[in-house]
Amino acid sequence: MESSSLQRQLANLKKSLFDQGNLDEQFYQLEELQDDASPNFVEEVVTLFFRDSSRLVANIEQAIEKCPRDYGSLDALVHQLKDSASSIGAAKMMKDCTVFREYCEKRNSEGCLRSFQKVKKEHSTLRLKLENYFQLLRQVGPAEKATRSGK
Amino acid sequence: MTIEESMGSRDQFPVGMRVLAVDDDPICLRLLEALLRRCQYNVTTTDKAITALKLLRENKDKFDLVISDVHMPDMDGFKLLELVGLEMDLPVIMLSANGETQTVMKGITHGACDYLLKPVRIEELRNIWQHVIRRRKFERRCDNDPDGREDGQKSQVAKSEDGQGAADHSGKINKKRKDQSEVDEDDSEDNMLDNEDPSAQKKPRVVWTVELHRKFVAAVNQLGVDKAVPKKILDLMNVEKLTRENVASHLQKYRLYLKRLSAVAGHQASITAAVGVRNPSYLHMASFNGLRNYCAINGSKQLPILGSLQQNGFGRMNSPMLGMHALLPSQTVQLGGAHKNASNPCNDLGKIPGIILQGNHRVNLLQGVPTALELEQFPQPKLMQEAKSHFPAGLSDSGLAAGPCSNSFPNVTNNSLLVQANKQHNQSGGLDNFSIVRMPSSSSELFEIDLQDVSQFSSISRCDGSWQGAVASTEYSANPLPILAPYNHTDIPPGNVGRNISTVTSHPVTRTLDESPNIKAVAPLCNPTTSNGVNQVRLLSASSVPTALDKDPKFSNFNIIGNSQQKWDYTFNPNAVSSASSSSSLPNLRITDATAQCRTSEFVFSNKNLDVDSIGQVNFGSPLITQNCMIDKPTSDSQLNFKGEYGSTSFQSGLNSAGCSLDDLVNAMIKPERDEIAFADMDLGCDVYSLGTCM
Repeated sequence: MESSSLQRQLANLKKSLFDQGNLDEQFYQLEELQDDASPNFVEEVVTLFFRDSSRLVANIEQAIEKCPRDYGSLDALVHQLKDSASSIGAAKMMKDCTVFREYCEKRNSEGCLRSFQKVKKEHSTLRLKLENYFQLLRQVGPAEKATRSGK
Repeated sequence: MTIEESMGSRDQFPVGMRVLAVDDDPICLRLLEALLRRCQYNVTTTDKAITALKLLRENKDKFDLVISDVHMPDMDGFKLLELVGLEMDLPVIMLSANGETQTVMKGITHGACDYLLKPVRIEELRNIWQHVIRRRKFERRCDNDPDGREDGQKSQVAKSEDGQGAADHSGKINKKRKDQSEVDEDDSEDNMLDNEDPSAQKKPRVVWTVELHRKFVAAVNQLGVDKAVPKKILDLMNVEKLTRENVASHLQKYRLYLKRLSAVAGHQASITAAVGVRNPSYLHMASFNGLRNYCAINGSKQLPILGSLQQNGFGRMNSPMLGMHALLPSQTVQLGGAHKNASNPCNDLGKIPGIILQGNHRVNLLQGVPTALELEQFPQPKLMQEAKSHFPAGLSDSGLAAGPCSNSFPNVTNNSLLVQANKQHNQSGGLDNFSIVRMPSSSSELFEIDLQDVSQFSSISRCDGSWQGAVASTEYSANPLPILAPYNHTDIPPGNVGRNISTVTSHPVTRTLDESPNIKAVAPLCNPTTSNGVNQVRLLSASSVPTALDKDPKFSNFNIIGNSQQKWDYTFNPNAVSSASSSSSLPNLRITDATAQCRTSEFVFSNKNLDVDSIGQVNFGSPLITQNCMIDKPTSDSQLNFKGEYGSTSFQSGLNSAGCSLDDLVNAMIKPERDEIAFADMDLGCDVYSLGTCM
């Protein structure tokens, strides 16, 4: 059926997100918080996350290009990004941020740049994936709720 | 509210527990909110620590628990933690992605009840209510103990409070208390608990009213700022329901405040303090007998300060305030100091230069030169209120000038009182400080002391910090403003009338002023009698009156304060005075100032070992009280104002303000957001205070 195939798709997408490490259990927590009172909680939070994190990424980009580089503030920014990521369960991003921070601490310019690229990449990848996910979710509709809560 | 009660009202506890969540990360905050709601708590969120503090302060009983992130842009999480613990004694839970032992340790030592790692799990949140219960129970238990002791101590303290013996007694009492608190303090985590709170289980929030603050300052002065220990202070204050923790935190704030003051305006502070002391305490100058000349103007130099003092708030005060001291025939134009204080309030008001020359004489600062001086010299008085230009103008400008207070100074002119103490003016608007140039005589008029002058004072003080001249022209070494004695007209330059006066008159005084933060002398005219009319503006500055002032000046300065003890009805009509500027604010200011001034003056006085002891001291102690009383205005308002001002203006005149609603000051200091009373010139306070302390 349409819906079941969609549902299957959805399930697969989700699974892949987890398998690939883009998401972790924290995401489940988010889902659990979704209820009648806040039916779109997950989507809201994720949207919020991307809005905020995009800003952060842009700031980091700026900071990284500044000369001389201010590692202190750079570190603070990355820390913030990491915090946000952890809240929604963006596991991979978190890891990338950690690496980035380490390079910052060591003042390793090359390392910083490289890891930042990774962070950016993961950020856009995740965004894309989650957007798909939510689209599907909306398509699947209310039935999904049942499925989700089943998780 | 007993625990039972509260529990009863929330018998579904922990359901409905009121939590305040603070986190700058919107995602985390949203998540936290959702989680907490899921636990059925009543959640309020904010992403700014400052907002959180505000919310908490607004209504102490509004929340049961606070959850805060560690890393926040506007304020460090640990700092918030401390503040909440000190002020509100609520359980605080820290949140952070950083789980390093050191950081966690830091959180605990700062008093956090718990430390959670992000991302937060709901299971952890389900248990946080335990902290609330635990704290309450513990508090209650501790309360019982101190009760007995506290009572006993109190009585003891009460007895001793009168005299210096208080210290001894408090020592004993302290010991007892110390034992208790030592035990308490060991519980680092329970630091925030108010163990010594004898009152209700749930420690009631202490509102540092002007009066309370005054007592606090008096106690601190007695003990010596550096040596003041919360326990002793507590004993000296002898206030029920006040715990050591309350005092400790207040003391902390107070010290910060003082530091700020001293930093702000070396001279000015003193001056302002002296003058500006917004507290009417300065205004007490009335009692300022000897100081007469000292009038705040202390040393002509100071005068200008006064003017400057005013600047703070008054703006107007240009200095004539200083001249005020010439005014003082007997009144020490405390203006200066008060002025500063006043400035704060005055600032708002129109900054009535503390110099509230009692209407009568316009503050003949020059004693002889009554009007001439006043007016001539201070063109300022004109500032005040054109009408006042008479000065009280003499006074006002001179510093007494209640500065812009154009309010009531009308009388000032007549009385040679000049400023003497009558400088209530401070009250007027910003009374900052204007020390109280109480013009003893015609106080009826009150001091019209041109508050403007006062402002001047403040400005004067500001200038050099000099308000000292006005008040204690402590700084004003140049011219020990003899309390207006010789105030030769000649000297007083119109603009600086205040200044001149200081030179002139207070030469002797100024001298002393220099030493002492003159501001003292200029007891903050701030005693805007807004409501009372009795602005005992004790020119606390008197106290600060530099000892150099031939003793006399000091005294006189102080007298201004002291003399003006007579309540020179500082009719500082807030309305009138505040030169329309913030009449409404004035009253508030006044009061606060008054209090503050009083306090500062007290403080100043005490610190300074002014010879004026009798007077000064008296002024300090008593007048302040009176002042506080006088001011009576809604304490909260004043406090607020004061606070605002202080805070913002860093009421340097700390001294003055110190006396006065130190609470306010402190609050001001601590709570910069309160800018009610633009005590801009608070700067004076600092110096003054510092001076005071030196004293």
